[in-house]
Amino acid sequence: MKPGAATSGPSANSGNVLFCGVGGQGILLASEITSSVLIMAGLDVKKSEVHGMAQRGGSVVAHLRYGKKVYSPLIEPGGADISLAFEMLEALRYLPFLNSKSKVIVNTQKILPSPVSTGIETYPADVLEQLRSKGLSVFPIDAFEIARTVGEARAVNMALVGALSAFLPVDEELFLRVIEQRIPEKIRKVNTEAFMKGRDVISNFQEVR
Amino acid sequence: MEEKKLLLSGNEAIALGAFEAGVKVASGYPGTPSTEILENLCKYEGVYTEWSPNEKVAVEVALGACFAGVRALATMKHVGLNVAADPLFTAAYTGVRGGLVIVTADDPEMHSSQNEQDNRNYAYAAKVPMLEPSDPFEAKEFLKAAYRISEQFDTPVLLRTTTRVAHVKGMVERGETESSSAVPGIEKIPEKFVMLPANARRRRVELEKRMQGLREFAEAFPENRLEWGNKKTGFITSGVSYLYVKEAFPEASVLKLGMAYPFPDKMIKEFAAEVGELFIVEELDPFIETHVKALGIKCRGKELIPSYGELNATIVRKSITGDADKAEFAPVPVPMRPPNLCPGCPHRGIFYAISKLGVFIAGDIGCYTLAALKPLSAMDSCVCMGASIGTAFGMEKALGKDSLGKIIAVIGDSTFMHSGITGLMDVVYNKGFSTVVILDNRTTGMTGHQPNPSTGLSISGDQGVGIDIEALCRAVGVKHVYTVNPHDIEATLEVLKQEINRAEPSVVITKSPCVLLPEMKKRKHKALYVVLSEKCTGCRSCLKLGCPAIEWVPLTEEEAKKLGYKDKQKGFSRINAVLCDGCGQCAPLCKFKAIVVKEKE
Repeated sequence: MKPGAATSGPSANSGNVLFCGVGGQGILLASEITSSVLIMAGLDVKKSEVHGMAQRGGSVVAHLRYGKKVYSPLIEPGGADISLAFEMLEALRYLPFLNSKSKVIVNTQKILPSPVSTGIETYPADVLEQLRSKGLSVFPIDAFEIARTVGEARAVNMALVGALSAFLPVDEELFLRVIEQRIPEKIRKVNTEAFMKGRDVISNFQEVR
Repeated sequence: MEEKKLLLSGNEAIALGAFEAGVKVASGYPGTPSTEILENLCKYEGVYTEWSPNEKVAVEVALGACFAGVRALATMKHVGLNVAADPLFTAAYTGVRGGLVIVTADDPEMHSSQNEQDNRNYAYAAKVPMLEPSDPFEAKEFLKAAYRISEQFDTPVLLRTTTRVAHVKGMVERGETESSSAVPGIEKIPEKFVMLPANARRRRVELEKRMQGLREFAEAFPENRLEWGNKKTGFITSGVSYLYVKEAFPEASVLKLGMAYPFPDKMIKEFAAEVGELFIVEELDPFIETHVKALGIKCRGKELIPSYGELNATIVRKSITGDADKAEFAPVPVPMRPPNLCPGCPHRGIFYAISKLGVFIAGDIGCYTLAALKPLSAMDSCVCMGASIGTAFGMEKALGKDSLGKIIAVIGDSTFMHSGITGLMDVVYNKGFSTVVILDNRTTGMTGHQPNPSTGLSISGDQGVGIDIEALCRAVGVKHVYTVNPHDIEATLEVLKQEINRAEPSVVITKSPCVLLPEMKKRKHKALYVVLSEKCTGCRSCLKLGCPAIEWVPLTEEEAKKLGYKDKQKGFSRINAVLCDGCGQCAPLCKFKAIVVKEKE
């Protein structure tokens, strides 16, 4: 499969992307940029998210649905074509939204939830294996390392948007245009770089090529 | 050129709609999921926006503005309308001059709320029309329609969103700007604006006539829409539930009610007569269903559809057809990731201190409600905005002198301004001895950092007069008012011990800014704390703070030996350098002096 020619959804021009991770990782901006790109590509988009109490270091999820006409803002259980997990454990938490054809992009970063950091529970050791054992196509990516390489720790989200972009039916050009509109000039270059590096990681996977 | 198609949330769309509708005055109190309406509207030219001290004041300000002949908006979350219900019910009698719309943002599933009341009931109870959009596109268009209805029928109009409308982003198009049909100015119309019984009785009759007019209007209102499909099954639905019905039953016939109240009875009867089986799909209460059944129409609703929590397409499909879940994968047990107070949060220090007192902690609404969670477990009640002081005082009156030293009320600065001050007046006035802790972190934290009267900043960031909380408490008649630094747990604990045992009202103000405020984020000289691993005995005292930056590293017996610990040491603490905010609350808790400031390299 070539990047930019997604066959993941019910058709090339509709699909469901689940963004999940931890409050503070830039999930809402990432999902918003992706939504803007899809609208620019002439598609209808609905994206659902939750603000308020849930954001205080809690688990955060955003549902993005695109197509010719989108009604419900929520992805149904088993209905996500792609899961973009900003944190390993969170990829596992939202498993019921996936099906055996789903693609899971997993940032290999670990952020310890409080029951783990206080020693009550342990962090599962084999997240990627557990996902693979379900028959899912798993695409690990070290977005934190990419962000560090480009010199902006907060660019994790753009690296992951880059990774996601390789699966979406829109041109790279549109992403770059929206990033230019949305990201302040001071940090635009590093974010664009993170985006490209993230995109390259996915494009280099055997399954994608 | 401005792009016509925009990606906006329901709240952003409402802000744009208010601008396009020519709203001149907008007020509200922050509350999820309504907050972003005013945060966005304040960026538009020509609209006065404000955070009011509470929702009641917000509605009164908007009502006054509409009396002066301009279009006005008030925004709040569902429970905020309880606070504002008093002006709402009588505003239905006075009616308006300029258009008046009140947005109520409901929160089915309680993503960020203490209850999930269905505010469609307010439209019925207050006798005002209510519009209910399904998505951001409709949110903007419906708001503009609401102003036209308000002015045409001389009535306040409620616009109800839910979390999945307010916080959903979707496509919205810019539209034409409009203006009020009223002329701004002072008009004395006592028979309309002075609700003395004699006037109110006359207005009451007008209200009935108006509702009759609105019922007729509803029959022709284009947003009450028939969508004919297969006539074997028909659905009556509104709001976001409409989207779930369309998703689950794309072939079915649908009557979509854009106006949640009053109902278009003729339309409902005609629709019901045409379809085979009639279902009512709505979140929360059987609001439509009860009405349809009262019309003598056979239908099914809450006997199939859950009457609590959010719906989605799966729930709607399963409830109606009985089909099994499509999901292939069951949930995998993984550690929970509950929200938590941030590293460096001043609330953590004060709640740790209070938890050492063994008292009943009457809490309130804000970030600090998270102190109820483990390991702090430092809140014993939380009901509504401002309730902490009244409930603590009520317990004290019930138990008498025996309760001295056993109860404490805890409330945030913004919540105290909202409705805590009246509770404090009661304590003084009725000779109580309550101890009230006011957590002054200089902002409204949970909803995303809105200023409040005690900060003196306006919604758009202009500095005005900030209310001095300490002076305010003294003015109310509290003689013992202390201000402490909550990061200094030991000193704070001393003051608290002294005050809870005092047989007079006292207030302890903890003063320390929220760590997420820009001025705190920009700090250059932040201390970094570290655990000297050789000194850590694994006693876990520091973990009792529940700070996300302090991590427990478990050890096997062999590992312990290898690292030079006692064989039986189960692990040691470590401070995550990325997360540590340098507040230093943890250091004095370590009896072994293992937590120290890292020397600069």
